[in-house]
Amino acid sequence: MDTVRLALLAGLGVLALAGGVLVFTCDSMARVTFALLGSLCCVGGVVTVLGLPYLGVAIVLMMVMEMVIMAVFMIAYMMNPAGLMPMSMLHNKRGSLLVSGAVFAALVAAVLLTPWPARTGPPPPDTTFQLGKALMGTQMLTMLVLGFALLATMVGATVLATHRGRYDRFGDDLGRRQARDPAGGGVGR
Amino acid sequence: MTFELVLVLAAGLFSIGLFGALSQQSIVMIMMGIELMIGGIIVAAAAFWHFLAPAADGQVVIVGAVVAMAVEMAMGFAVTTAIYRARQVDMTDMAEDLKG
Repeated sequence: MDTVRLALLAGLGVLALAGGVLVFTCDSMARVTFALLGSLCCVGGVVTVLGLPYLGVAIVLMMVMEMVIMAVFMIAYMMNPAGLMPMSMLHNKRGSLLVSGAVFAALVAAVLLTPWPARTGPPPPDTTFQLGKALMGTQMLTMLVLGFALLATMVGATVLATHRGRYDRFGDDLGRRQARDPAGGGVGR
Repeated sequence: MTFELVLVLAAGLFSIGLFGALSQQSIVMIMMGIELMIGGIIVAAAAFWHFLAPAADGQVVIVGAVVAMAVEMAMGFAVTTAIYRARQVDMTDMAEDLKG
């Protein structure tokens, strides 16, 4: 790997980590969203520098769209979207720090102590062609499963996010009154 | 040594995300933590592809991780919307009915 790529890798790596830290330290929800966007765009950049430009650009484009949607949800649901007052919405901070620190230490130890093998074969001349050929050939089943997972997600997310509509009353008579549900949250809300 | 450093970067992203997923009360912030964790997995998969085995299967792992990210995001927002609509709840501590 040449010097320019190494420098790019180092810069993007540091920025990705800094963005990740900012996500959980900023008060403003807008800043949090853009810190996560920056961090995940740097992840896309790292993937590109490692020789996978198609996947890297796809990750960056997907993250931009995701974070724009997330910004809307953050402002809609969070109680302090502009971060005008400092606030903390944490629970069990010490335990979480302990667990995540232990996981980081274990992962770094595994990375440094494992005798990694040498690379098997040179990288292909066109990585996008390699991925497309695999998805349309030997990995077709994976592609189908991923496609069905996305379809199920679309249906499931729509059902969860919409009002119950015709399903909030018993039977098929749309003129019937809604059920009285003593528990709330179920049929009849 | 570059390979190990990229894997340490992946471990760092994963651990920061894990801290967020464990410590945050807001459902949206927990989703952000999970996104960072999957980001770490993507970096590690790309490093394995580049430094160890530049075969097509490694790229498919990254595609799977990206799809997992999209599914997590969509279902997370849908669940947040459903629970907020039903009970005006957007924090995990207010939705602990099944806690033993």
